Amino acid sequence: MAAVTPILPGDAGEAPAAGAPARPGRPARRRVWRGVVLIVAAAYFLVPMGASFWFTVHSEQQGFSLSTYAEILSAEGFAASMLLSLALAAATIAVVLALTLPALLAVRLGAPRLRPVLEVVCTLPLVVPPITFVTGISTVLRWGPDYLAATPFWATLIAIQDETFPVVLVMAYVVLALPFVHRSLDAGLRAVDVRTLVEAARNLGASWPHVMFRVIIPNLRPAIASASFLTLALVLGEYTVAALLGYQTFPVWIVTVSGANGRLSVAVSILSLLITWLLLLVLSGAGTKRKDA
Amino acid sequence: MKTSGVEFRGLRRVFGSTVALDGLDLAVEPGELMALLGPSGCGKTTALRCVAGFEHPDAGAVLIDGKDITRLPANRRDAGMVFQSYSLFPNLNARDNVAFGLRVRKVPAARRHARAAELLELVGLPEHGGRYPHELSGGQQQRVALARALALEPRVLLLDEPLSALDAKVRVTLREEIRRLQLDLGITTIFVTHDQEEALSIADRVAVLRAGRLEQAGSPAEIYDRPATPFVAEFVGAMNHLPGRLSGGGVTVLGRLLPVDGPIPEGPEVDVLVRPEAVVVTPMAGDGPSAGEDREPAAAGRESPGSGGRAVVVASSFRGSSARLRIRLGDVELLADVPGHDAVRLAPGTPVTVDLVRRPVLVAPSARPSPAPLTAGAAVRRDAG
Repeated sequence: MAAVTPILPGDAGEAPAAGAPARPGRPARRRVWRGVVLIVAAAYFLVPMGASFWFTVHSEQQGFSLSTYAEILSAEGFAASMLLSLALAAATIAVVLALTLPALLAVRLGAPRLRPVLEVVCTLPLVVPPITFVTGISTVLRWGPDYLAATPFWATLIAIQDETFPVVLVMAYVVLALPFVHRSLDAGLRAVDVRTLVEAARNLGASWPHVMFRVIIPNLRPAIASASFLTLALVLGEYTVAALLGYQTFPVWIVTVSGANGRLSVAVSILSLLITWLLLLVLSGAGTKRKDA
Repeated sequence: MKTSGVEFRGLRRVFGSTVALDGLDLAVEPGELMALLGPSGCGKTTALRCVAGFEHPDAGAVLIDGKDITRLPANRRDAGMVFQSYSLFPNLNARDNVAFGLRVRKVPAARRHARAAELLELVGLPEHGGRYPHELSGGQQQRVALARALALEPRVLLLDEPLSALDAKVRVTLREEIRRLQLDLGITTIFVTHDQEEALSIADRVAVLRAGRLEQAGSPAEIYDRPATPFVAEFVGAMNHLPGRLSGGGVTVLGRLLPVDGPIPEGPEVDVLVRPEAVVVTPMAGDGPSAGEDREPAAAGRESPGSGGRAVVVASSFRGSSARLRIRLGDVELLADVPGHDAVRLAPGTPVTVDLVRRPVLVAPSARPSPAPLTAGAAVRRDAG
């Protein structure tokens, strides 16, 4: 094959289409308006945050002090609840992606007519109030006739409620995260020609797992990152289900602490906001990173 | 490179109530470029996808080298494919796209990079290995896709309208390059297209499909000059439908008795299919813009013009070496191709006589409800030239 005459470049010199030139306008006035909008939007977020921060670092008696933040690390239950929430978030992200991505792909490639059905199913948790949801879960968990006591079913019911790592919360969060994950992944799948990419990869000898991990996931990285972030934010902020099922997750701990120490609970909220932002940056960085084969 | 023959045996594929393939039988010889040509929905892409393994026929079989591959998964078929839409992996640069199949087969990095560079050079893009698909033009993307399909030295190359998303100029250069590459490598190639010019210009043989069945397979010249059915005649090139009458083993049309090629329908009224280049146009003496000039008949084949119908040129479209005239004959119109230099004396408004070159013609059952006068009723069915 190397001996074959190379074909001429032909259109090799073609450049990708350049963007259209910007329209002339009234830049000065537009810039002023942009500034105004930015200031108003920034104020909406920054003023409450600034006020909260001020509340945590300043008091009439002590003046300016960062002691509240120092207190956090030694506060009872902080590390445990934070680690539990992060572990729950990681498990939820893994499970919800492992469920949704293959389902979306299968429907898109094999049964496009089922797409609306999948969409409705995945959006359903949005319209069910969390209180209804948790009431249902606790009813199911309480149910268990005695004659089942010796069966694996009973053992499973107990195992998923283990306080060190309540799997039941992961299951609940997976359901709660479904609408967001579905939206993100569906938008990502719409942006690429999945069918052609899958067929091209299969044609080149790739097995299905290879197609999934080498073709689909790398090309959906931004969508997967956004789905993961939304799930993380949801788990780190979810209170109702965890509180009513009696688990000490991070949001539940914040509420518990706020009764005894208001300043500490506000400091923890600010810290958790910063941690969430940090994780967002990490995830979005992972989403846009281009990796060569 | 290995060369293999491909055979479709009674291939049938139904989607709901649509029959995409209805017993397709076709053999592609080793090393040849076969174009599958037909209108939208004729089953040509479905046939190709059956070879690639993306569609599974309801009945029938696909054979490569005489071996039935109908049930073989797509990733074990050894058939390289170039798709209609841009199919490069967006997360990989051109070099890694070309090397993808080699990576799947766990070829060591050094060898696959060398092979990718070799193939990129083959398709004329040696400097573009580091570019990502979004940094390449459409033509360049399809070249990389071609290199990628060839990287594994497949037994068969499948091209699914690979040029249809490109602009006209790139399309022509790229199709010629595909043909040159195919001849150099001697790889069996199936090229699906709805563009008859594309099919006729690069294929060794053309298979015309209609409603999931093979209408005719033959060399481009056979398909054009000796269409087996009225459908092929109409689909490939432009065709006039003139009213004729079967008589004495031939058909009388425009006052001339011509031999009939192909099947003869029940008569006596029939449609006679005549190519525009078989229509002889002669300016009438003393009339119109051409009065007093050379009055030789203007036609592609200057074979004994007779006294045909009296007509007038309605429109003329100049194409360089030839011109296509639209001529009104009685109350209907027909197309005629004349040499380009005759276009001036056959300007619109010129009275002319039309006649037909004496050669066998195809006839079809008459589409007209009642008998029409023999020198009128001509209708143009298609202009795809």
